Amino acid sequence: MALPQVAPVETPEIEEVPAEDRPWVTIVWDDPVNLMSYVTWVFQKLFGYSKEKAEQLMMDVHTKGKAVVSSGARERMEMDANQLHGYGLWATVDRA
Amino acid sequence: MFRRSGGQCVATFAYDEVRVLRKVAAEVVGLLTDGMDHTDPVVDRLFPDIYPDRPEDSQEFRLYTEGDLKTAKIDQAGAILAALPDEGEGEVRLDGEAAEAWLRAINDARLAMGTRLEIQADTDLADELDEAVLEDPGSSRVFQLSVYAYLGYLQESLLNALPEIK
Repeated sequence: MALPQVAPVETPEIEEVPAEDRPWVTIVWDDPVNLMSYVTWVFQKLFGYSKEKAEQLMMDVHTKGKAVVSSGARERMEMDANQLHGYGLWATVDRA
Repeated sequence: MFRRSGGQCVATFAYDEVRVLRKVAAEVVGLLTDGMDHTDPVVDRLFPDIYPDRPEDSQEFRLYTEGDLKTAKIDQAGAILAALPDEGEGEVRLDGEAAEAWLRAINDARLAMGTRLEIQADTDLADELDEAVLEDPGSSRVFQLSVYAYLGYLQESLLNALPEIK
């Protein structure tokens, strides 16, 4: 009896981690206009972070000039940055 | 300034405040609806490049997202215009959703004004205002700086009037 026919495998290199699964980060940069209390509120509101975590991130942005606020798939980070732009925060996306 | 009352954020605005808020919100809408010029630092600040080192990727992302972002910003500025009395003084009561739109819209207005006024991290607003008044008390810079400072206080008061996020 013939064995069930198996479709040829076309992409043997599929083992590679797809680019979209490699970690990316959303970075928020310090700016001279946004109120500290507003930035904290945005982090709580958008990411569901606790007040403590949101305040810590805000202080990192303020004192270090920038902070990573989320990490994950590229598309997800682009969405986060885009939403942060909606709130008026200065956000960019980069590789982790 | 806003306070919390009966589950809402409430403020009573004087005649001049209503006029200034209308003007500021309308200016943001105008900036966003006229053909946006990306070499304008204000537009650049409101719609920053998502990939600072990769202009082509930023441009492509912009192509897909800028329209919606612009609409959202126009809508939130519209929320200010919608809640204000048509003319004269009056009370404004905001539920959670409207309060958020106001916060975002006030922020956009502050970003636009702050960029035009070249506010820096070490800018002392009071000093800046004193200087501008000494130079010419009737100047547009004095007015802009006063409005910018006012919007900061207003935004802070609205943040304080919001219910604590759980």
